[in-house]
Amino acid sequence: MLARILDLRVGIGPFLEKSESMSVDSSTVKKVASLARIAVTDGEADALVPELNNILHWVEQLGQVDVSGVEPMTAVIPNHLRLRDDAVTDGNVRDKVLANAPQAEHGFFAVPKVIE
Amino acid sequence: MTNLTDLTVAEIRDGVAQGSFSAREVAEAFNAAVEAGRALNAYIVETPEKALEAADAADKARASGDLKPLSGVPIGMKDLFCTEGVQTTAASHMLEGFVPTYESTVSGRLAAAGAGVLGKLNLDQFAMGSSNETSYFGNVISPWKSADGKDLTPGGSSGGSSAAIAARLCPAATGTDTGGSIRQPAAFTGIAGIKPTYGRCSRWGVVAFASSLDQAGAMARTVRDSAIMLEVMAGFDPKDATSLDLPVPQWEAGLSSDLKGKKVGIPKEYRPDGLNAEIAALWDKGVQWLKDAGAEVVEVSLPHTQYALPTYYIIAPAEASSNLARYDGVRYGERVLPEGAGLQDMYAATRAAGFGDEVKRRILIGTYVLSAGFYDAYYTQACKVRALIARDFEQAFEQCDVLLTPTAPSSAFALGEKKADPLEMYLNDVFTVPASLAGLPAMAVPCGLDSGGLPLGLQIIGKALDEQGVLNAALALEERAGFAARPEQWW
Repeated sequence: MLARILDLRVGIGPFLEKSESMSVDSSTVKKVASLARIAVTDGEADALVPELNNILHWVEQLGQVDVSGVEPMTAVIPNHLRLRDDAVTDGNVRDKVLANAPQAEHGFFAVPKVIE
Repeated sequence: MTNLTDLTVAEIRDGVAQGSFSAREVAEAFNAAVEAGRALNAYIVETPEKALEAADAADKARASGDLKPLSGVPIGMKDLFCTEGVQTTAASHMLEGFVPTYESTVSGRLAAAGAGVLGKLNLDQFAMGSSNETSYFGNVISPWKSADGKDLTPGGSSGGSSAAIAARLCPAATGTDTGGSIRQPAAFTGIAGIKPTYGRCSRWGVVAFASSLDQAGAMARTVRDSAIMLEVMAGFDPKDATSLDLPVPQWEAGLSSDLKGKKVGIPKEYRPDGLNAEIAALWDKGVQWLKDAGAEVVEVSLPHTQYALPTYYIIAPAEASSNLARYDGVRYGERVLPEGAGLQDMYAATRAAGFGDEVKRRILIGTYVLSAGFYDAYYTQACKVRALIARDFEQAFEQCDVLLTPTAPSSAFALGEKKADPLEMYLNDVFTVPASLAGLPAMAVPCGLDSGGLPLGLQIIGKALDEQGVLNAALALEERAGFAARPEQWW
């Protein structure tokens, strides 16, 4: 098993020949980075293309697993959702909430102007 | 006189209670060791005054007959746990200077039990990494050296914890484990470490990485110490929606290495053709040790094992991309506001400057696999395969009580050796990730040295909520392995 994974690392492996590989290019990387709100330069985006493709091609082997009739796992250990009394249990700590803000003014978080 | 920094948690606790030494003497000895061990870069922040304060409280408590479970025991705190009034960074530039105004549940429980904190331990940035090379505050250097004198990784992400314990800069420490971050560093440094069942330890106040996998646990030099620590750390917390509302068993009192009537499963998929021969041999020894302890050994199959790593590397980045969206330069942490920039530009510039390369890589992978058009093919598929991996374990545990496997596919590697290829680094967690995906308790135990003189560990994986079974099998290994090696002090 490990040997097969190691094969995948080197040559992407036998599994992907069957799956249709979804590859990212530089413009896709930039779009994803924009969705993630991370500024990337053209050079950084280009460098990320092979890195992300290697990882994506590797995880695509999951496509070959037969999952018919399998529900996606949502909770790893069965647990019930609890309800608590509808009571105030916290609050009145404005200064603590703001204590680590890069910029706080008049008891609020301050951000650059967002309305033109 | 005994070197106080060589004592275990149990020995310190009992020695303080019996008056063999004072808690203050212990704290002073460890504070001095921490200071002398700075070359290891294990601590990001040292808090000697906190350790002394707790020690003085312990000495007073002894005088008044009011000792608590960890009175007099100084510990290290992974810098992923928010600590009131003490900088908490997750080893990131993003949170450099962040001083929480509250205490995480787990660190609060340890403090309430009398433990003193020696400092905040280095880790991989946001716990993403297997070698401690992604920390913004520099690599942690393992106290162990390769035969040719190279600096080695202490493993990751809890590498500050593992290095500090192995080097006797603390007797025990907290760790967190998302895919192996307690167990792999424990194996690399010749110490013990347990990740309990998902939900045993509250995640409240722990900087989040992948919430369905993140679980705090204990790291120490012995199985008993791990049990002592975990017993204090675990427990129901209404502030964590996934916290298990169950009593915490008395794991230390329940320790027994008599495995008569127990069945130990050996998963055949964990023994690939290319498995390191020394690790395979140690595993065989482990089988003999557990038989010697009275257990019956059976072969079991976990057929979806080969899919565990790719499943993990979809689910963990997906959850990370969501969790780390909170770092926006508004409420806490780093802010970068380029001249004339608007809010969106501020977000992007802040996150570009605040996150390291591996963190960005995972956020981008996570964002991609969750994006429209790819969500089902990647994320939903991974969640289904995860269900199959958990089912494999359920079926295996119909035939046995615990599983015995290697912890990591190799001994510790040199710093820099695996940095070039992220995938090669991810392979370190091949034996630890499956139990994480299934939320099961699992423990690393030091069991021997390889031909290069470096520690190797074995792993015990147990049924959900059966930490006692895991600890007991681990104790049986520990007693028979008699691991007493320690790194030669060069720092």
